[in-house]
Amino acid sequence: MSDPTPSPVIAFDHVSYRVASGRTLLSDLTLNIGAGETLVLLGRSGCGKTTTMRLINRLLDPTSGQVRIDGIATTDWDPYQLRRRIGYVIQEAGLFPHYTIEANVALVPRLLKWPEDRIKTRVAEMLELVGLSVNEFAHRFPHELSGGQRQRVGIARALAADPPIMLLDEPFSALDPITRRSIQLEFKQLQQRLGKTMVFVTHDVREAFILATRIGLLKDGRMAFLGRPADFLTSEDPEAIAFVQCLEDPSTLVTAP
Amino acid sequence: MSLWSYLVANGPEVGALTLEHLWLVGISIGLAILIGVPLGILLTRRPALSGPILGGASIAQTIPSLALFGFLIPLNVTLFHWRLVGGIGQNTAIAVLVLYALLPIIRNTYTGIVKVDPAAREAGRAMGMTNRQLLLQVELPLALEIIIAGIRVATVITVGTATIAAAIDAGGLGRYIFRGLRMNDNTLIMVGALMAALIALAADLGLGGFERLFSPGRMARKGTKWGIVGAIALLVGGSWAAYALTSGQAAKTIVVGSKDFTEQVILGEIVAQEIEATTKLPVRRRFDLGGNLAHEALVSGEIDTYVEYTGTALTALLKERPIKDPEEVYQLVKKDYAERFHVDVTTPLGFNNTFAILVRGDEARSKHLKTISQAARYAPSWQAGFGQDFMSRPDGYPGFSAAYGLKFAARPREMDLALTYRALKDGQVDLIAGNSTDGLISRFGLVQLEDDRHYFPPYDAVPVLRHAVAARHPEVRKALERLGGRISVDDMRGMNLAVDGEHRDPKDVAKEFLKRKGLI
Repeated sequence: MSDPTPSPVIAFDHVSYRVASGRTLLSDLTLNIGAGETLVLLGRSGCGKTTTMRLINRLLDPTSGQVRIDGIATTDWDPYQLRRRIGYVIQEAGLFPHYTIEANVALVPRLLKWPEDRIKTRVAEMLELVGLSVNEFAHRFPHELSGGQRQRVGIARALAADPPIMLLDEPFSALDPITRRSIQLEFKQLQQRLGKTMVFVTHDVREAFILATRIGLLKDGRMAFLGRPADFLTSEDPEAIAFVQCLEDPSTLVTAP
Repeated sequence: MSLWSYLVANGPEVGALTLEHLWLVGISIGLAILIGVPLGILLTRRPALSGPILGGASIAQTIPSLALFGFLIPLNVTLFHWRLVGGIGQNTAIAVLVLYALLPIIRNTYTGIVKVDPAAREAGRAMGMTNRQLLLQVELPLALEIIIAGIRVATVITVGTATIAAAIDAGGLGRYIFRGLRMNDNTLIMVGALMAALIALAADLGLGGFERLFSPGRMARKGTKWGIVGAIALLVGGSWAAYALTSGQAAKTIVVGSKDFTEQVILGEIVAQEIEATTKLPVRRRFDLGGNLAHEALVSGEIDTYVEYTGTALTALLKERPIKDPEEVYQLVKKDYAERFHVDVTTPLGFNNTFAILVRGDEARSKHLKTISQAARYAPSWQAGFGQDFMSRPDGYPGFSAAYGLKFAARPREMDLALTYRALKDGQVDLIAGNSTDGLISRFGLVQLEDDRHYFPPYDAVPVLRHAVAARHPEVRKALERLGGRISVDDMRGMNLAVDGEHRDPKDVAKEFLKRKGLI
């Protein structure tokens, strides 16, 4: 699986990103992500995980190299059209506090100008999918929900327009351990059912093992390891070893791909 | 008269001026929002501009309102022949009020948007919202609570500042405050202050409720949105109705002005009523113009006529040196006014309103004071109090103190002319410079010291009329001529006392006088 996929959905081609001050956040990244694959980007804070993700939906443009989505460079995409076909989930969900749950989930379909009755059906479907009752939640505001419920709404919102690609930036890191565990397992099932191409950023190595088909380990803006979870456990890379040591009993956590 | 009985007796007028005040505040805040909110949004997009824009708005707020009026009155900013800013009246007042209201609105718009949760903004962008969608659907709604807080502060400030608008004939509740100060009438001051305070309180409470309504989590319900639209429509509609009710004078009228003290308002009434009675032309009154505003308004064609004093015209307006002979002064002023301002100095009314150097009656008697020279030796132990006008004009304090070798205990107190009488009566100052025709002189038992060195030039009251009006309406000039020589110092002092001392309406006092003299 570490070989490049024949027709990658997302392709990084010698991509570097430097900020105006000259500091390099990402250097010479080459990476292909195939359809239906879940790549988990692992690394410490500030290693370039989020930068990598923001390059995919063109919240950033590469300083050199090219990021291609469906074979087309991001810089050739209309940024708004591109973003509307990429689902995005962030820490604390990033829901609009002045929108009801229904309006939050309906956001991208409304931007895409779907007819209202189709939006209504879709919102109900999505809330059902993430395990929230439509009657109970549709007309509430985000501050009336628990953290776990808000994160489920965040996922429903990202899925609403049925995007082929999903980006998830530490979506569960603010949740308590028990809620996190159950939502991770539910998300795993969802992932298998929907078959989306996903890039998932985390600094939690357990989460990486639950969800990843491949793990990419970033250190100081470079890819230190890229491969299957099973290979990660035996990697000689010092950073990989440091992460593996965080697992109390790694053998029990390896999941079948 | 008590506050309550005044309100009951003058309900319609209080209502009209309150509506006028509301209109001034409403239109000013509306314009300030239209300018301030986009500027605040611009600052969030171009942070480099925040220094100059916020700095400029802060500076505008620190300039005293009267000084701002001074800057704006000579301007003539027009749009499609419609004068936007400049001259006396509501437009200039509104321009000043808008300038004052801008800072809190710009600052709160900027702060409100900058403080929007970065996660919400990030999510919006990542979901594919355009900048415009992000602004209208996320940033502005989430910043609205803070923006409305800014509008609330601006509104309360504007309700207070709008009282100054009366100084340039923009109307509103400031009329009562200025009138009350001039007439030494606390009831009038209270009426103006109370109504303004009530408006400020109502605006504060109303907008406070609005603010809570817009806190995130309460929005997006359709009913609320319609409520907002309705409230704004009501506000705009109400303001417009107020404006329509209070303005609407016809064109082709003769505009009579006056300065901002009692005698001037009475003379303004006398001139206005004489023109009304003898020419049948409609007359509009634009009274209470402070400082040199009456002169500036006349020269710029905002008003057609008012009563000036020859000595003031000579020294303060033509900047000539003081001259003693009344006839010489009159001829010089008449000639210069015609050449420089195209204004006709008509026939003097018959009295000289010179500066009156006043002391308390008991003091004059115990020290046997009759002349200013006699009083000069007590000056080192006295505190003097003078109006701003007297302190600054060339024929005022500087020349006066030099002529008599006066040296006071401390620098003279500088205050509003109307307040100097009170300060003298209450013993806070010992010598003031009032007007010789002032009714308060006899009411407060004050004694006028004789100008034994003949320092003060003559101040003969005389109506001045623009040439253009005199040519178009010779009957107006005739009406003014009929008043020539008909008002004595005693007449004037009596009428001043009737208004200042007995709190009678200048309108009635003027009418009585004209009837008694057989002029109408």
